[in-house]
Amino acid sequence: MIRTVRVTDVTKTYGPVKAVCGASFELNEGELVALIGHNGAGKTTLMKLMLGLIRPTRGAIEVLGDNPAAGEFAGRRQLGYLPENVSFDAALTGRETQAFYARLKREPPTKALDLLDFVGLGAASRRRVGTYSKGMRQRLGLAQALIGKPRVLLLDEPTTGLDPELRQTFYEIIARLAAEGATVLLSSHALTELEERAGRVIIMNRGIKVADGSIDELRRLACLPTRIRLKVSGLAPSEMPPWVPGDAACRRLNGHIVEIDAVPDRKVELLHRATAAGNAIEDVDIVPPTLDELYAHFLSHSEQTP
Amino acid sequence: MNALIIARKEIHQAIRNRWVLAATLLLAGLALSLTFLGSAPTGNVGVRALDVVIVSLSSLTIFLVPLIALLISHDAIVGDMERGTMLLLLSYPIARWQVLLGKFLGHLAVLAFATCLGYGLAVAALAATGSPIDSDSLMAFAAMVGSSVSLGAAFVAIGYLVSALVRDRGTAAGICIGLWLLLVLIYDMALLGVLALDQGRSISASALNAMLLLNPTDAYRLLNLTGFANVSTFAGMAGLAQSTSLAIPVLLAALLCWTIVPLGLAAIAFSRREL
Repeated sequence: MIRTVRVTDVTKTYGPVKAVCGASFELNEGELVALIGHNGAGKTTLMKLMLGLIRPTRGAIEVLGDNPAAGEFAGRRQLGYLPENVSFDAALTGRETQAFYARLKREPPTKALDLLDFVGLGAASRRRVGTYSKGMRQRLGLAQALIGKPRVLLLDEPTTGLDPELRQTFYEIIARLAAEGATVLLSSHALTELEERAGRVIIMNRGIKVADGSIDELRRLACLPTRIRLKVSGLAPSEMPPWVPGDAACRRLNGHIVEIDAVPDRKVELLHRATAAGNAIEDVDIVPPTLDELYAHFLSHSEQTP
Repeated sequence: MNALIIARKEIHQAIRNRWVLAATLLLAGLALSLTFLGSAPTGNVGVRALDVVIVSLSSLTIFLVPLIALLISHDAIVGDMERGTMLLLLSYPIARWQVLLGKFLGHLAVLAFATCLGYGLAVAALAATGSPIDSDSLMAFAAMVGSSVSLGAAFVAIGYLVSALVRDRGTAAGICIGLWLLLVLIYDMALLGVLALDQGRSISASALNAMLLLNPTDAYRLLNLTGFANVSTFAGMAGLAQSTSLAIPVLLAALLCWTIVPLGLAAIAFSRREL
């Protein structure tokens, strides 16, 4: 794997506030990485550090072979960035704006203008940006980030303000870019959206990296129970099936559904017991811990062990 | 190349925002009224009309061009930061000094266009009314327009320096108004007061020269009102022209320094900013 971004023991302080504290990670080609954390966790600061907009108090950063803190920018031709609250010069039209950014990246404007149709800006692209809604600005922001097939994409809350349909297309686009070898780092609050899409998750809390890995790895690390939901017939409303082990948390949901929290290595055993007991099981649902739950787990974990 | 892309966008924006139109109309309107009203007291006998126009227009320039320049430039950096457009721009493969240089070239082009067109209209109107214009006066006029643009350049650079240093647009605007008042009005009055009090006892001619060079508007004034013999007699500056030993190249160099030094400092301040 080819490394595109390297962050080594980076700390950034604003006066007494530590925005990022000793963060280290590497991003590789073809990775789709979700950067999650609540407001003020240091997500935006990390992206700004990678762009050289701010300089680290300590530590080193390398992006596409450049040291952004020293003002090197050759690699930025292959980098796309979408800031959290993207804004453009109100007097220019969408097309003029897109052509301007394409010229800065030395890309043919005609190709960049096709991206406007691609993000569904279409006819509005001939209007001044000053008249755009938040969603339309976000589309334009997306279009400019995609100019010239970037090798690294830094997207700060990219899906806020996008309608569900465009969200879908957006994730398709970045998945394709990642498949073609681009590194995509995206920060978001919409954890459910990221769950199936992000190959890797980095969780930040108060400037500290608290978890980093694929969702499966995080699930293993967190040891959160998998929920098994069984639809059982012929069971009295408050009765628990006899085969449920005493140490497993178990509850009844609306009528005849039994929900059992199973620790990861007992999942299969529990299912065996349920089927062996001969109860009339009509349906089975297995719900692994969601990204939301993992996030909450790692957050509370890091709060307990500062 | 990068700077030219930025310059092109700045010009485009200035046309859209009607900055170009407003500045040109303002300068043309005032130049035309000065041309025709200003020649009334001198009449047409023995006086070359264009020389009178040069004197009145350069006095107008001293007030107006710095004001227009500061208006365009004071929010060039801090304004783009507040609006959030700078964040995106700096994520592109462009150095910060290139952004600054590009903005400078763009704003200077707007200012030069407005000045040349506005003042050019005055000459054209004068020629159209049949006043004789000789080549000496025309040279002096061209020099006046050229130095007006360099005075504008100096104030655009000063505006950038303010814009690169302050935290918000309001502060930038306030400081720029203060600088305008200081350099255009207060400085000369204070200098006159000091000279009158001193009665030539301790302030030598070279000290006076230095003090005049410390203000770009004074360098401009000397350049235009004393640089050409015909003009200086009308300007009532013939006396001063003889007593100051500042040659035209020195005055031009002073104006150039007033552009390059603030621009360089603005570039340094901007490159250190975090956003």
